[in-house]
Amino acid sequence: MSHDMSDDKLPQAHAAGEGHGEAAVADNPFADPGLPPHEPRRTDIDERAAKRAERQVSLLFIVSMLATVGFIASYVSIDADRIVYIFPLGHISALNFALGMTLGVALFCIGAGAVHWARTLMSDVELPAERHAIEADDETRADVIEQFKTGAAESGFGRRKMIRNTLIGSMALVPLSGVMLLRDLGPLPEKKLDVTGWNEATPNAPIRLVNMNTNEPMKAEDIAVGSLTFAKPGPSALRPAGLQESDEDFQEAIAKDALMLIRIQPNDIKDADSAALGFEGVLAYSKICTHVGCPISLYEQQTHHALCPCHQSTFDLSDGARVIFGPAGHPLPQLKIVTDASGYLVAPGGFEHPVGPSFWERSE
Amino acid sequence: MSSASTSAKQAAPASTRDKPANKAEAAADWVDGRLGIYSLAKANLRKIFPDHWSFMLGEICLYSFIIIILTGVYLTLFFKPSMGEVIYNGSYSPLDGIRVSEAYASTLNISFEVRGGLLIRQIHHWAAIVFVAAMFVHMMRVFFTGAFRKPREINWLFGFLLLFLGFFDGFLGYSLPDDLLSGTGIRFMEGAILAVPLVGTYISFFLFGGEFPGTDIVPRFFTIHVLLIPGIMLGLLVAHLILVFYHKHTQWAGPGKTEKNVVGMPLMPVYMAKAGGFFFLVFGIIAAMSAIASVNPVWAYGPYRPDQVSTDAQPDWYMGFAEGLIRVMPGWEIRAWGHTLNLGVFIPLMLFPLVLAAIAVYPFIEGWITGDKREHHILDRPRNAPVRTALGAAWISLYLVLLSGGGNDLIATHFHLSLNDITYFVRIGSFVVPVVVFFVTKRWCLGLQRRDKEKVLHGRETGVIKRLPHGEFIEVHAQLPQGTLHTLTSHEQYEPVELPAEVDENGVARKVGLATKTRAKLSEGYFGEGNQIPKPTPEEHKEITSGHGHH
Repeated sequence: MSHDMSDDKLPQAHAAGEGHGEAAVADNPFADPGLPPHEPRRTDIDERAAKRAERQVSLLFIVSMLATVGFIASYVSIDADRIVYIFPLGHISALNFALGMTLGVALFCIGAGAVHWARTLMSDVELPAERHAIEADDETRADVIEQFKTGAAESGFGRRKMIRNTLIGSMALVPLSGVMLLRDLGPLPEKKLDVTGWNEATPNAPIRLVNMNTNEPMKAEDIAVGSLTFAKPGPSALRPAGLQESDEDFQEAIAKDALMLIRIQPNDIKDADSAALGFEGVLAYSKICTHVGCPISLYEQQTHHALCPCHQSTFDLSDGARVIFGPAGHPLPQLKIVTDASGYLVAPGGFEHPVGPSFWERSE
Repeated sequence: MSSASTSAKQAAPASTRDKPANKAEAAADWVDGRLGIYSLAKANLRKIFPDHWSFMLGEICLYSFIIIILTGVYLTLFFKPSMGEVIYNGSYSPLDGIRVSEAYASTLNISFEVRGGLLIRQIHHWAAIVFVAAMFVHMMRVFFTGAFRKPREINWLFGFLLLFLGFFDGFLGYSLPDDLLSGTGIRFMEGAILAVPLVGTYISFFLFGGEFPGTDIVPRFFTIHVLLIPGIMLGLLVAHLILVFYHKHTQWAGPGKTEKNVVGMPLMPVYMAKAGGFFFLVFGIIAAMSAIASVNPVWAYGPYRPDQVSTDAQPDWYMGFAEGLIRVMPGWEIRAWGHTLNLGVFIPLMLFPLVLAAIAVYPFIEGWITGDKREHHILDRPRNAPVRTALGAAWISLYLVLLSGGGNDLIATHFHLSLNDITYFVRIGSFVVPVVVFFVTKRWCLGLQRRDKEKVLHGRETGVIKRLPHGEFIEVHAQLPQGTLHTLTSHEQYEPVELPAEVDENGVARKVGLATKTRAKLSEGYFGEGNQIPKPTPEEHKEITSGHGHH
């Protein structure tokens, strides 16, 4: 459709220069004058310069040999844990520095020698080589197409339509077996993303909030106004010792259970629902960012803003952890907390909403 | 090559060849009788390669790839791709007694106990950075010089795939040590996968073998990182190089250089020495870099735990634009019918391949616009293809704007700027900056074209001021030599395609399809008036030179 309107608009390739000799040069100042004559280098005409270049190349190869010896000597003589001070690099591993520099010099000098040899002593006369068109000539093309047609006709592929169609069908279906085999890579998601360790808690059997660093249960008065504390689930029926680092599934559990506790003056809390979920101004939010799941760890106590260091989603913890900046799509889930008979902070149930990044089945 | 000779062979008692002159020839004869090396070498031993510094960019890619494979094999001898937990008791005392994965412990072991292990780890990582950087610059060289045109479009795609796979293998590679930074990267990947509608949760569970992080991801990534992707890349690389050999190298315009020849120096000995030597130069420099500059010090980050993170969590720079996309995207989320569509993550996830694919399909778009079906072996100077050059520059500027979005926290702390302001700037800049860069670059190219034209028609400024007999001062301009005149005027200039007449020769209204109209519009944008400077003609040159009376 578009061929016809373009061919005459193509530029004429090298109309001035192509293959024409001196005749073209005479009447066209832009014509190709052909390859310029070779200009000899100093090393081509001065044997002393050539000898000097030869010595330089050999010297580089000798330096390489010495550096390899140095590499081996460093390997056997320098301890792996020795640290040295080298200006301006600072305190670095002596072995790493010695091995790297000797290996670097050994390799670099081979390369420098070879390139110097090529540049000074090998011929630098430029030679033209002909190109041949990538496309075949018409005769070859016709011949091949004829052969293909013969082959296709002999196969009967075009004639026996039933064979062709069932072949296509079977070829299209057979990769499904490969896809099926991937099924046992992992379990089905079911509702796993909707629940956390805190879902074990009930109002009759609440779970204590345990300080992430001290492994101790916490009271409201332990948490100063304007401070940020991290907590994990304490003992429950399923985990009598609470969540411990030595638990086999610790990583999966902490990826969902990690809590961020802050204390705000109760009248500074803007969201009444959020205040009701807390206890005397202590609010427990999921530590896992609702964007892609980084743990949130930067807290500004004046503004009660929490910032995720990965992608800078910013949440206002005094306003139900509403997103005030960045790419997160919804607030951090809040965990309802109360106190038990001994005055320790406990969770009487799980999060109201799934923690962590959004997913298709997340209903909220 | 052998079908005709089979019948002749039967008659001859043995090889009819003369006795070889020495042992080396005899050995070569032996190999030739089995592998046919003489026929192979006939075309290739003195194969001509043109010389230009920019042609070595592809070599850097090749050599750093070889270095990555060599050092990677070494690392697999010591690395344990397992997330089984151990208590670390190695020589790095700050982590003594800490619970870590075997992957992390063995990475520390490679870094502190294995003599030279740290060096090889550093060379592996540095070579990977150099590899991706060199692929980028190599691709830009090919793009801005038009070397992707027929017959090299397929090789452009091979190269693009190598770049894309290089990104992913780099990402998988720095995820393997299971340190705090790499774990954060994998968490990001999980969040991105979860944002995929309908199947995201399932893909995530199948990939991680259950819930994040599980214990499968490191061994799985290991297999993909050391076997699957490098295998594919090796195949692509060989195909890429075979095509380079088959097409022969492109060359710059110049005296004696045409579309039908290739001018340069032969493979043996000059190019063998230069290219072979250059491998050692690249390896030597990377080794020295690894001796003095530390990359990815995983011991400083600590082992991964999903509830911990360090500030300034950054991927390697080549993933930085993807990081930028995810950081500056507003948090759009749609909740309806009991489902959540996380556009804030899903849109960047889709844009990531699109930003790259935009450059992958370019050769086909330009080929369609020009309608040029000829082979091209002479390179374009970037200025002589202003729209293409401007598009490339705009693409790079988008890349850099997004990269600065990916490093917004670093920019904020280093330059004392507001993090939020940088993010807002990137949100707007992603749309505005490429457009501005496009127009600036195009005008710049046109200015350079005018300067070339001026030089061709009026010669070179000599700096010599001459006083004429009647008192006038003029600056003497010297004629350019013929070779330079040819170089500056040999580029091709397309004319914009025109829409066919509205009615055909019989006066019947002609149907013009949307594709035809689009193509005419684009062609006008590329080659229309004001989008390229008409190059000087020999007639103009003659008129001016004869008028001045000197040449």
